[in-house]
Amino acid sequence: MSNLFHQDVLTALISGGVIAGIPLLLAACGEAISERSGVLNLGIEGMMILGAYTGFVVAYYLHSTWLGFLGGAGGGILACLVMIVLCVWLGLDQIVVGIAITLAGEGITSVLQGAQFGTTYPRLGATPTTSIPLLHKIPVIGPGLFEQNLLVYLGILFALFLTWFFRATNVGLNLRAAGEKPEALDAAGVSVVATRSWAVLSTGALAGLGGGFLAIVGAGVFTPFMTQGQGYMAIVICMLGRGKPIWVALASLLFGISLSITTALQLAGIEISTDLINMLPFIAVMVALVIFGRRSYLPPALALPYVRGAR
Amino acid sequence: MSPAVTSAVVEVKGITKAFPGVLANDDISFDVRPGEVHSLLGENGAGKSTLMGILSGIQTPDSGGILVDGEPVRIDSPRKALDIGIGTVYQHSTLIPALTVLQNLMLGDSGKLLLDAASARARLEEFGALLGVDVDPEARAADLALGRQQQVEIIKALWRGSRLLILDEPTSMLTPQAVDELYTVLARLKADGLATIFITHKLHEAVSLGDRISVLRRGRMVGTLDAAAVSSTPPDKLEEIVIEMMFGSAAADLADVGELRVGLGEAEAVEAHARATKAAVGEPLLELAGVAAPGEGTDPGVADIDLVVHEGEVVGVAGVDGNGQRALAEAISGQRRLTAGEIRLFGAPVDRLNVLKREKLGLRYLTDDRIGEGIVGSLSISLNLFLKRIGQAPYWRYGSIRRGTIDARAEELCEQFDVRAPGVETRAGTLSGGNMQKVLLARELSFGAKVVVFHKPTYGLDLKTTLGVREMIRQMRDGKAALVISTDLDELLEVSDRIVVLSRGRLVGEAEPGPGAAERIGGMMIGDVSLSLAGAGAEGTE
Ligand SMILES: Nc1ncnc2c1ncn2[C@@H]1O[C@H](COP(=O)(O)OP(=O)(O)OP(=O)(O)O)[C@@H](O)[C@H]1O
Ligand SMILES: [Mg+2]
Repeated sequence: MSNLFHQDVLTALISGGVIAGIPLLLAACGEAISERSGVLNLGIEGMMILGAYTGFVVAYYLHSTWLGFLGGAGGGILACLVMIVLCVWLGLDQIVVGIAITLAGEGITSVLQGAQFGTTYPRLGATPTTSIPLLHKIPVIGPGLFEQNLLVYLGILFALFLTWFFRATNVGLNLRAAGEKPEALDAAGVSVVATRSWAVLSTGALAGLGGGFLAIVGAGVFTPFMTQGQGYMAIVICMLGRGKPIWVALASLLFGISLSITTALQLAGIEISTDLINMLPFIAVMVALVIFGRRSYLPPALALPYVRGAR
Repeated sequence: MSPAVTSAVVEVKGITKAFPGVLANDDISFDVRPGEVHSLLGENGAGKSTLMGILSGIQTPDSGGILVDGEPVRIDSPRKALDIGIGTVYQHSTLIPALTVLQNLMLGDSGKLLLDAASARARLEEFGALLGVDVDPEARAADLALGRQQQVEIIKALWRGSRLLILDEPTSMLTPQAVDELYTVLARLKADGLATIFITHKLHEAVSLGDRISVLRRGRMVGTLDAAAVSSTPPDKLEEIVIEMMFGSAAADLADVGELRVGLGEAEAVEAHARATKAAVGEPLLELAGVAAPGEGTDPGVADIDLVVHEGEVVGVAGVDGNGQRALAEAISGQRRLTAGEIRLFGAPVDRLNVLKREKLGLRYLTDDRIGEGIVGSLSISLNLFLKRIGQAPYWRYGSIRRGTIDARAEELCEQFDVRAPGVETRAGTLSGGNMQKVLLARELSFGAKVVVFHKPTYGLDLKTTLGVREMIRQMRDGKAALVISTDLDELLEVSDRIVVLSRGRLVGEAEPGPGAAERIGGMMIGDVSLSLAGAGAEGTE
């Protein structure tokens, strides 16, 4: 048992947690933008898996991590366009469309992967890391936190940026109004449809980017259904963090650690059924919901389509 | 003083707008000039809000045109209306409760990336000085009293330099003091050359505030009384003329036109009260002993409530809004748990009975939150009428709904309560406020109601409906009992046998309608301790 607290194991746990946490962070921040504007995006799982696939394919053929990330964001945007047209423009039910996007995303990517690579799963090489001077030398946490892919730092910075954006900009206020009381935003002369469209678009881009990161950096390979419910986890994280980016980021990293525990335990030489360990993140979600569920905040107009002048 | 010579700021010509099954606006022409207040009246569902919606870009007309300074314009979005200089205070508040006053005002200040709180604050101060009001920019909108919220809404409507201010029923939820403040604000704006459209159901407001008065009836413009006519006619006569215009031949059927006046003076209210037959008071039906119930959010709770309502009695609860009215009503209906005391219905305690069981005993609660908890907007009128009868014979049998029976009964109820709608299948959410209230009344007063709690029963209702509702309340004397919680003192003086006064969550006094009652109650309402019962008022501040 003492193995568990061995330095290497802890480092692996932190490093793995950060890597597993970043897709969650990006997707949950995306969900926060969307929910703040009043759109409940259940399609985020589908957007992630599509982003994972397109990101992987681009990175694989063009041999570029960064183009791969772009490709991932592009895949996410593609998927969210469906949501924008059906839910924001035409006012269809957001829950139904969201689930449809998720199912379609999972199905389509599995088929495409099969058609392209058959039963082989080609791997990408290791991705470049950026060490932060001095900090990465700190024992135990240094290598885990400060020797990572550049996108890790950018993702965390993004959460900070988002906090500022929500608080200090006009668009941030518009987003909030669209989720609190869309008719008030409309009456103030700002288009609710446009506001929500941009919100969902950025959600798609972020979820796709998260998926891309998962395939390119996290796994180095694309396998069907590889997101394994992480999109839904992002939705829960967003809810628990009351849509506040800083809390969302912290919660994402914590959940990331619970996701990476498998690897750490294997390193420590502890044999527990992997099925059991794979359940861990979901148990964590449920525990968190039971404990903090009451604190969660959802905007009053969430999941309600807005049509001007309708009663 | 006479703005008659100046030409119109905004003019609508031949506007028509239809909704499924109703012609909301039928070939309406109307105009408003700088420096005038143009009062607009009409029954519930006459099409007033629809017309204002068209001017504000919320609705698009089917046909007809709008002229601004004589030039034709197309107002196809709220943005366009704001750019033209039309600012609107809508019938239903457009303040966002969770945001601060400043955030609410800055909303829509696009064109810049960053929110500019400093200049917004300065601008708010300017408006505060102009209108003579003082609002805390950092207060959350939800925490403001309704009158304050209204002032913020007016500032919001003027925020981008309006030339026309539309006020859609601004006074229906205001206390008399807040109405006075609104008058002052409007007078200042008028002196500044602003044009105002003022919609109200209260005749005396329309008459005392309006330079011109227009009346809509069933989507059509009945006519406009011009400035000369308004200024040369005595208010009483003017009110009669307006009633004629509003109800046409129906007004003649109403034996006493004077009775139609909602703004009844105290003397008239006393008289109306004396006219009502006073049945002998019977057994206590509803008893509250030492009741305390918690508040919710900014809405305060109640404590130490002792109150008895007897058979054949209508008891009024007076008080300024936000003094525990909702907590009291919900404690009785069973929607809020008591923290102390006991409630007895027909002599037996009901503390263990939930809402449904109390309702089965004959206790009814007519909520003041029509849209929020009263009706289900997406369901038909007939389903709304039977919402509380689900599963009961003969409307449900073997667990399945019997549409035919329900619709037939619903049609009878609509007939009886004068609900105006294309049919019982109409979605309740599309009804005008007055018709929604009639649907609720039909639901709560039928099916064996014995004790009814009315909460602000007539706000937003037109003259005729208001009178109808008050008549229904008075009829409760016939072997039933009613508790009427209202912020409209005139209304209470008219319908109640006794009036108790609620202040800071406690009952601070009691009075019977009669000479001088209004002053005494008014004094108790604002916490004039010398007039209230000894002790009760002093404790309320803890
Ligand atoms: N969005 C809508 N969809 C369907 N019907 C509507 C809609 N808006 C209004 N109506 C109908 O149009 C008619 C006019 O409604 P409007 O709200 O303009 O009346 P109003 O004069 O403002 O009444 P109130 O005094 O009750 O506010 C009503 O019969 C109403 O049911
Ligand atoms: Mg209206």
